[in-house]
Amino acid sequence: MAIGVTTTPEKSKPSGSIINDPQVRGIFYQVITVVLLGAFVYWVADNTIENLKRANIASGYGFLNGRAGFDVGQSLIAYTSDSTYQRALVVGLLNTLLVAVCGIFTATIIGFAVGIGRLSHNWLIAKLSLAYVEIFRNIPPLLVIFFWYSGVLAILPQPRESAALPFNMFLNNRGLAFPKPIFGDGSLYTVLALVLAIVASFLLARYARKKQEATGQRFPVLWSSVGLIIGLPLLVFLATGSPITFDVPVAGKFNLTGGSVIGPEFLSLFLALSFYTAAFIAEIVRAGIRGVSKGQTEAAHALGVRPGLTTRLVVVPQALRIIIPPLTSQYLNLTKNSSLAVAIGYADLVAVGGTILNQTGQSIEIVTIWIIVYLSLSLTTSLFMNWFNARMALVER
Amino acid sequence: MAKRILTALVGAAVMGIGTQAASGATLDDVKAKGFVQCGVNTGLAGFAAPDASGNWSGFDVDYCKAIAAAIFADGSKVKYTPTSAKERFPALQSGEVDVLARNTTWTINRDTALGFNFRPVNYYDGQGFMVRKSLNVKSALELSGAAVCVQTGTTTELNLADYFKSNNLQYNPVVFEKLEEVNAAYDAGRCDVYTTDQSGLYSLRLTLSKPDDHMILPEIISKEPLGPAVRQGDDQWFDIVSWTHYALIQAEEFGITQANVEEMKKSTNPDVQRFLGVEADTKIGTDLGLTNEWAVNVIKAVGNYGEVFDRNIGAGSPLKIERGLNALWNKGGIQYAPPVR
Repeated sequence: MAIGVTTTPEKSKPSGSIINDPQVRGIFYQVITVVLLGAFVYWVADNTIENLKRANIASGYGFLNGRAGFDVGQSLIAYTSDSTYQRALVVGLLNTLLVAVCGIFTATIIGFAVGIGRLSHNWLIAKLSLAYVEIFRNIPPLLVIFFWYSGVLAILPQPRESAALPFNMFLNNRGLAFPKPIFGDGSLYTVLALVLAIVASFLLARYARKKQEATGQRFPVLWSSVGLIIGLPLLVFLATGSPITFDVPVAGKFNLTGGSVIGPEFLSLFLALSFYTAAFIAEIVRAGIRGVSKGQTEAAHALGVRPGLTTRLVVVPQALRIIIPPLTSQYLNLTKNSSLAVAIGYADLVAVGGTILNQTGQSIEIVTIWIIVYLSLSLTTSLFMNWFNARMALVER
Repeated sequence: MAKRILTALVGAAVMGIGTQAASGATLDDVKAKGFVQCGVNTGLAGFAAPDASGNWSGFDVDYCKAIAAAIFADGSKVKYTPTSAKERFPALQSGEVDVLARNTTWTINRDTALGFNFRPVNYYDGQGFMVRKSLNVKSALELSGAAVCVQTGTTTELNLADYFKSNNLQYNPVVFEKLEEVNAAYDAGRCDVYTTDQSGLYSLRLTLSKPDDHMILPEIISKEPLGPAVRQGDDQWFDIVSWTHYALIQAEEFGITQANVEEMKKSTNPDVQRFLGVEADTKIGTDLGLTNEWAVNVIKAVGNYGEVFDRNIGAGSPLKIERGLNALWNKGGIQYAPPVR
């Protein structure tokens, strides 16, 4: 009980016994917990190392520099079977990020639409939204993924009977093939023009807001931005002599060759995650809007603000404060659910890691990598959403 | 050190906390619990598949039964753990299963770095390709540009990459973890080609919706020696598993079958007498840690190698796979057992 000595309380106690001092007791129990936890961790670690040694399993992360030897179907970066295991993991990580980001984007849009739809005064829209939420919310995500995957595979035509879409796009059960842009000499200017146009639009929007605040006059931001973003790059593109050409998919022996392809695995995983998570987001949005007191709307109406503006300027900003924290959990859920990709063969981090795990037998190392990566992804998302939440929080004046 | 502790921490989840099953004396463990825990395929017709009432049968399953019979004189004392290609190695490493009889290819990496031991090859296989007849493909060299369905975590996956690379062919791998998922994807037309061990292709073709629409290409692109695997560090158990296979081979060589094994015990041939444990003062069975009746028990439970082969994957089964390399050494094959002496 060395602790007792160091924390001898200075305040007077009628009982005089250290044993009855709640502060001493508190510290004592905490020390016990830490010691037990430490012993448990040590015991587990020691046991595992011992067992690994006994089973003659080599451990360590050196294997990551070895040649992978297997191919990956979908990759955002250059990858062949000669690349290292490390690069294979990066390919998997990028695929996970791709589906998570696309999924979060779409799920948010669908979720907001359905959530607002549930509050609609139109009976059909409200009931359809209700049905959507109840169906997707109550099915396990894995089944939704299977549903989309077998649906996508069963409905889409075989490669030889590909459905032709506009702009030289083709749809078959190997995915959506679309023309791949090839950037020739001088195409850099077009890209620069696009970036410039986007930046200019932002500045324009700021200017318009300042002007409205100062003079009350409004400036048509939307249309001038659209004109800027489409017009400027197009002008530069034509002026530099149309340097961008397209590699169009054409029918090959087995499948279409050329162009770029979005595989059915990505499509179905993306759709499943978006639709599944959107059901939860819809409920969060509905709760958020309901959470704004009716008096706010009535007050806005009494001031003569139109319904659309009321929603945009009065209800939504207040609802967002309620919506953002639970929305963060849904984003995290979607990212983590993307690991279900393994069931339909989408090459995400878990699928690629699983292959490496099997080819090398380094299960503990791979599982550690999985844990660290998902933890980092989730923490990063949380940090961003917390920052966003702080920005949106009520500013008291 | 920090890295090592982290590794070990996660290990708790993977290895099962403080498991001692990976230690030696597997035979004692097995005897104490009263059954052999056998890692098998999740469902590969002819090799290991459960029927409607949950009874497992197949070529690999018979090996589980044979090992159980050698120990307990009762082939039914087996519990099966269905494992995917990815789950099989951790299952064996962690001690969840005592032996892995799951059409697993013997490679140097698995023999050394993964900590396993292989010895007898109970099926000499090679990797092949299956395609739809409607594609009019006659050789694997015509497959450039095809989408290929393959199970992940297999030697197949690696051979596929090497074969296409060395022949300068393009392909698009479509990779799944479970065999059933690969089958479903191929059947649904997600890919043009299905690749795995040829024995597997014959078995899988039966499960497709229209087996006759598919053909197996002539090329064999790899050596796939399949056999039971055990953990390193328990030589006695390794010997038992190995010699169970050799007993099956030896029985076929001697012409001992499930039906005539009792009869053969009266044989005057000293080799047969020694093999069946009827020789006076024989210690062959007890030296293995078993009874001298072990070979008899194995044969009573599943028959000899030829019977096991025919019943599950050979002429007597829907698969109708030729014996080929798996015929006995004196009948044109390479199946061979060391002398029982």
